[in-house]
Amino acid sequence: MQDTIWDTAIIGSGPAGLTAGVYTTRGAASTIILGGDVWGGQLMLTSTVDNFPGFPEGVMGPDLMEKMKKQTIRFGAQFVPQNVTKVDFFVRPFVLTVDGSQFTAHSVIIATGAETKWLGVPGEKELIGRGISSCAPCDAPFFKDKYVIVIGGGDSAMEEALVLTKYAEKVTIIHRKSEFKASKVMQEKVFANSKINVIWDSEVVEVKGKIKIEEIIIKNVKKEETKTVKLDGMFVAIGHDPSSQIFKGLIDLDEKGYVVPKEGSKTNIEGVFVSGDVHDHTYKQAITAAGYGCMAAMDCLNYLTELK
Amino acid sequence: MALIKITDSSFDQDVLKSTLPVLVDFYADWCGPCKMAEPILDELSEIYKGKLNLVKINVDENQATSGKYGVMSIPTTILFKDGIEIGRQVGFGGKLAFEDLIKKGMG
Repeated sequence: MQDTIWDTAIIGSGPAGLTAGVYTTRGAASTIILGGDVWGGQLMLTSTVDNFPGFPEGVMGPDLMEKMKKQTIRFGAQFVPQNVTKVDFFVRPFVLTVDGSQFTAHSVIIATGAETKWLGVPGEKELIGRGISSCAPCDAPFFKDKYVIVIGGGDSAMEEALVLTKYAEKVTIIHRKSEFKASKVMQEKVFANSKINVIWDSEVVEVKGKIKIEEIIIKNVKKEETKTVKLDGMFVAIGHDPSSQIFKGLIDLDEKGYVVPKEGSKTNIEGVFVSGDVHDHTYKQAITAAGYGCMAAMDCLNYLTELK
Repeated sequence: MALIKITDSSFDQDVLKSTLPVLVDFYADWCGPCKMAEPILDELSEIYKGKLNLVKINVDENQATSGKYGVMSIPTTILFKDGIEIGRQVGFGGKLAFEDLIKKGMG
């Protein structure tokens, strides 16, 4: 695989990268997907996904990703479950370094997605995995009959809280504003659940605990008051940061690290395209990522045709 | 090769009294990232055969051990040497994260 010059290399294996792979392979471009050793993207950390069309009964996030991967492999994509550590976009073909070995490709689709944003408060880092988590579907069973707090106000915070109610005795959502930005459907489910209550206008300023999390200090941002809350678990769902570190200095990024597209899915480097959450400030859905993956693949196929 | 399953009752013998360092994978059947980690741990168990034992323990069936070591996220992998924890990896961080952890115990 290292000796081949691929038509297209896709970096990332969430809905964007795998959809791109379906389109490039069906467009007869030889395709390698450098999927990362933690492959599949954010849906791997979810339970039932109810907003991806085509699954009237819902579908488990990890199952959906497994299906997408199978679909792209079916059309001939090569899948490498390793991380790209370095890219060289100043040579042609482009060179991508993976775990010491190198891959070359005429075009690249960036689909690296985004990663969990933590609070960044004192005490947090030490207690991740010791009562602090960002994945309720993974860790909820550890909190049977316990008291847990979810931080955030978007759809993912609502889902975390709802998943946790299956096990926890009580769930509190702490949000720094006075209303959620989550979808109406999710908000209604949360408000209708008697196990969940909400603390508005508040943020966590410190986490404390020895072997595991014991208490947090929260501050009401309007009243400037702080108080201590005892708890058994804390789930952080305040959003994601774009995974764009390896492109710094090569691809135009904005101040938050999102890739800045030029026209459609084109980047500042000819032959390098972008798709999915790594460039999406606004929508950040599995289905929009898949759509962006399709767009990038079609732009990429046009580019390859012109090249030949 | 699939990892050997251990239990609360065999933990003392299989892990704490082991002459080789032991990497213990705390997992559950419902955990997606645990499934992703599985083939990589299987591969590592072949690579380090004779130098390090890799075993797995189901957290649902063996709550005493997970409780004792404060495991509240899975997958969590803990490396034991001479009965003492010398490092842990929380979450599936890929092959390199496991190898970094293993190197601590081989030194």
